[in-house]
Amino acid sequence: MTPILQTQKLRVEYRSRELRQGTKIALHGLDLEVCAGEVFGFLGPNGAGKTTTMNVLLGFVPPTSGSASLFGIDVRQPISRQRIGYLPELTYYYKFLTAEELLRFYGKIFGLTRAEMDKRIPELLKLVELEHAANRPIKSYSKGMQQRAGLAQALINNPDLLVLDEPTSGLDPLGRMKVREIIQRLKNDGKTVFFSSHELGEVESVCDRVAIVHQGELKAVGSVSEVTGRHTSLEKAFLEIIGFQSSPTL
Amino acid sequence: MNNIFAVAGVVIKELYRRKDFYVLFIVTILICLVMASVNIFNDAKIVRYLKEICLLLVWISSLVIAITTTSRQIPAERENRTLLPLLAKPLTRSQLVLGKFLGCWLACGLTLLCFYVFFGALSASREHHWPLLNYFQAAVLHWFMLGVVVAMTLLGSLVFAASSSNSTICFVVVGSILFVARHLDQVALTLREPLRTVIYSIYFAIPHLELFDVRDLVIHSWPLISWLYFSLALLYALGYVAVFLTAACLVFRRKAVN
Repeated sequence: MTPILQTQKLRVEYRSRELRQGTKIALHGLDLEVCAGEVFGFLGPNGAGKTTTMNVLLGFVPPTSGSASLFGIDVRQPISRQRIGYLPELTYYYKFLTAEELLRFYGKIFGLTRAEMDKRIPELLKLVELEHAANRPIKSYSKGMQQRAGLAQALINNPDLLVLDEPTSGLDPLGRMKVREIIQRLKNDGKTVFFSSHELGEVESVCDRVAIVHQGELKAVGSVSEVTGRHTSLEKAFLEIIGFQSSPTL
Repeated sequence: MNNIFAVAGVVIKELYRRKDFYVLFIVTILICLVMASVNIFNDAKIVRYLKEICLLLVWISSLVIAITTTSRQIPAERENRTLLPLLAKPLTRSQLVLGKFLGCWLACGLTLLCFYVFFGALSASREHHWPLLNYFQAAVLHWFMLGVVVAMTLLGSLVFAASSSNSTICFVVVGSILFVARHLDQVALTLREPLRTVIYSIYFAIPHLELFDVRDLVIHSWPLISWLYFSLALLYALGYVAVFLTAACLVFRRKAVN
């Protein structure tokens, strides 16, 4: 299968403004491939390079060397983002807009016609269970509602690839369950989902393949069963791969 | 172009939902109303002085609205991190800059339209005289001057991290241009080389915003400016807008936004 998300020898260096700190290498030659229709979990401890990888894929940060592409188009071209949906880790939306206005704004940027938006927006608001709050400003939403509004904006263009950065971060169990249900539904619709998470149980239940990064390097990639290997759970395999050793006093 | 208009639409929507914008707008109109309705010293000629003061107030308010509104656009997007989901869409950074410019400039235009219509109606009710073309020339030149200020502030907002420092710098620069720039060539004549060349270079490089200050057209009902000079002044403003926006796009293109 042709990969729709690909990185080749991707390297990102951050230059500190303070001379003493020098250069920090966030990614060391990362090679990654995600194929159409997969739900791909991107795992790693804090500071491993997950968000940096997403930042490069979304064009926020230019790679120092190597390449990254979406649907075969270099990520530096804005058109590469025409068929993707992105949900950031925390909700960052215009608080003075209502959910419907927000979706219309993003719909316009994707070039949707008014008729397409009139059809698509009520469907999405229903999917994320925000029909009752569609005309309220986002600033009046709870955190869970804001996250669901975020999910709706990520789906406005009916994307073929969804990039989700810790989509269940900070949500209560009910909110997490709803987000998981939506990811499952997207998987059933044949969409490709690329998401980072610290919830390994969640990753185990929804992902087809996973990759583990640590200190900017790819440590393992494969199906959940391949990565789990001889361990009883993905969590134990993850801890061993990143070289975690529990303290003998604990 | 759709993307630029979409971004501009959100800028205008934000402005009319913000309370501070309304407060400044309403306070200016109220002061104008009070000043224009008071007949100080019971002298009919005092109307001209009152018109001058009211127009000065309109100028100051419009500059405050233009600079404060524009200076927070991109820093607020970065601070609130609304820039991330926005740039994850097929929107170029240049389109974002142009959309922000267009939104702020149109908002300034709408504000000016209200100010001038209100001011025109008020003074016409006192003087029974409607110099519509004078008002048109004064308002359009004022609006294009604000275009230069908006573009310059937008560039500043990409160079300076904090919107407050950008606002302060822009107020100082605009104030200096309006009050000092016209005298720079005379100052240069009194200096020795190489300072003379430096001052002359500054004199020719900066946008001469004072050229757009034609309040006397309205206050003293002076004859209209030749339409040729009027058009050249608009082109002069557009030239500076293009320079500032190009620089802003180049600066923003190289910035990491994580």
